[in-house]
Amino acid sequence: MMPAPVVVTEDLTKIYRHQVAVDHLSFTVNEGEIFGFLGPNGAGKTTTLLMLLGLTEPTSGRARILDIDPAREPIKVKAKVGYLQENMGFYSDLTARQMLRFVADLNGIGRREAEARIDRALTEVGLADEDPPKKIAAFSRGMRQRLGIAELLIKDARVAFLDEPTLGLDPDATQRITDLIRRLAREQRMTILLSSHQLHQVQKICNRVGIMIRGRMVANGPIDQLAREKFGVDREEFTLEEIYMKYFLEG
Amino acid sequence: MKGLAAILNKELADHFASHRFVILFALIAMVSLITAYMVGIKIREVEGQLKPQFVFLLLFTEPGAMFSLVQFVAFFGPLVGLILGFDSINRERNEGTLSKLLAQPIYRDVVINAKFLAGVILIGVMLLSIVLVITGLGLVLVGIVPGAEEIWRIFIYLVISVVYIAFWLGAAILFSIVFRSTATSALASLAVWIFFSFFVTIGASILANTLASDAELNPQSAARKVEWVKYVVLASPMELYSEATATVIDPLRKSTRSTLPLGPMEAISMTRFSGPLPLAQSILVVMPHIISLIAITVICFALSYTVFMRQEIRSL
Repeated sequence: MMPAPVVVTEDLTKIYRHQVAVDHLSFTVNEGEIFGFLGPNGAGKTTTLLMLLGLTEPTSGRARILDIDPAREPIKVKAKVGYLQENMGFYSDLTARQMLRFVADLNGIGRREAEARIDRALTEVGLADEDPPKKIAAFSRGMRQRLGIAELLIKDARVAFLDEPTLGLDPDATQRITDLIRRLAREQRMTILLSSHQLHQVQKICNRVGIMIRGRMVANGPIDQLAREKFGVDREEFTLEEIYMKYFLEG
Repeated sequence: MKGLAAILNKELADHFASHRFVILFALIAMVSLITAYMVGIKIREVEGQLKPQFVFLLLFTEPGAMFSLVQFVAFFGPLVGLILGFDSINRERNEGTLSKLLAQPIYRDVVINAKFLAGVILIGVMLLSIVLVITGLGLVLVGIVPGAEEIWRIFIYLVISVVYIAFWLGAAILFSIVFRSTATSALASLAVWIFFSFFVTIGASILANTLASDAELNPQSAARKVEWVKYVVLASPMELYSEATATVIDPLRKSTRSTLPLGPMEAISMTRFSGPLPLAQSILVVMPHIISLIAITVICFALSYTVFMRQEIRSL
């Protein structure tokens, strides 16, 4: 059985004033897939994610997430999609539990259901054993990222957009986050768009990558396929980094 | 509206827990207590010598050592609104929580509505408690129970005051949307407050002097000059508020301001009608003021609403 496409874009284009940020972008991500969304800074990755969330309107083209048009029904999309932005903000004088309660309230989840989900999510990301509970201000970067993932679990997101989830983390924290991401895709069948510059990790956890340069997607496919296309040999001999640089220099 | 209650709850909790609010509240409570106390003492001293009607309202209108409570609210009330609002949007933007909020399944306007509403509720609670404290103190000091009409007048005064401070809150929220840095929006709010509290009045008399330069010689143009000042000064919300509340809280005032000095005959005829105005008439006199005050508050909020809704997310 073919996995169902969850994120679909057709000729998605965004023009800011006179600058083309995203240029006729078409790609598909299937259910339960971890899609590596790569590209240099300013390539239009974040803009694409914002359009997929319905936070900004595309100039032309279409996007569909779980068969919903984010430009028309952003609220429905945002109920099912979790977004972990780069430099994610938290209300630093709340505790993890209070923060998650607030997210649950915003998603209209009832009190009792929310508490059950919060307990489960905190255990899942390993933030449950805080006693007395710390304020988020005292959290390390890794803990904040894990709290961000707990937010996805609270709203029971079907799709997650993760923007640099492992940036600036120590190896141990990075390991925990990548394990979590893998588990989300495997156990919850969550569809994940992972945007990152840490190609080493991307190579480890992504089923497929897309490379975006100046608003266009110049490559899209499993890593070994891209290696074959560019170098004519199998993935074993080339890291994603080398493939990426090759595309980047040509682009 | 989905999410409104959630954000409203959080905003209120934040406000009540903040040091800023505690300090502000302490300051205002202190000033109003002292003012009411001094007025209460003064009223007791003159007991028996004269029996003005509506003694109770004197607690609010009679300047104690420096200013009456009504004057105090007119002058410092704006600061409360500004302090509650000047960083409401840009702080969230700088901390990266705004885009997180907007990535949740809520409409964008819920954020700004909840913030404005939380501020208004807070202002209401603040003013109500101050008025209640003064009323209680008044009961103890003066020993007179306020009549129904006095209570109505105080209540209407309270409502007008909330609208007035909400206007400043709206202005501060507007600045917090337009300016990215909280320091800039704080400064801009202060600048507007200073402009309206000092410069409009000065500007009005300068303008009137130029427009009616022969006021010394010509009684007609002297009258015109007064008219001019009267209209220009209304550009200041502070003046609008002072005039609106003065008549509501003081039943002996018949118009929003004293006009030209009266001749002796007119003065005599005025004293014949020195009884208090009924409440409905007092309100009628200042109805245009009240409506203008509500209008500028609504306009101010609508402006912030529009700017916020049209802002490109990328710049959030």
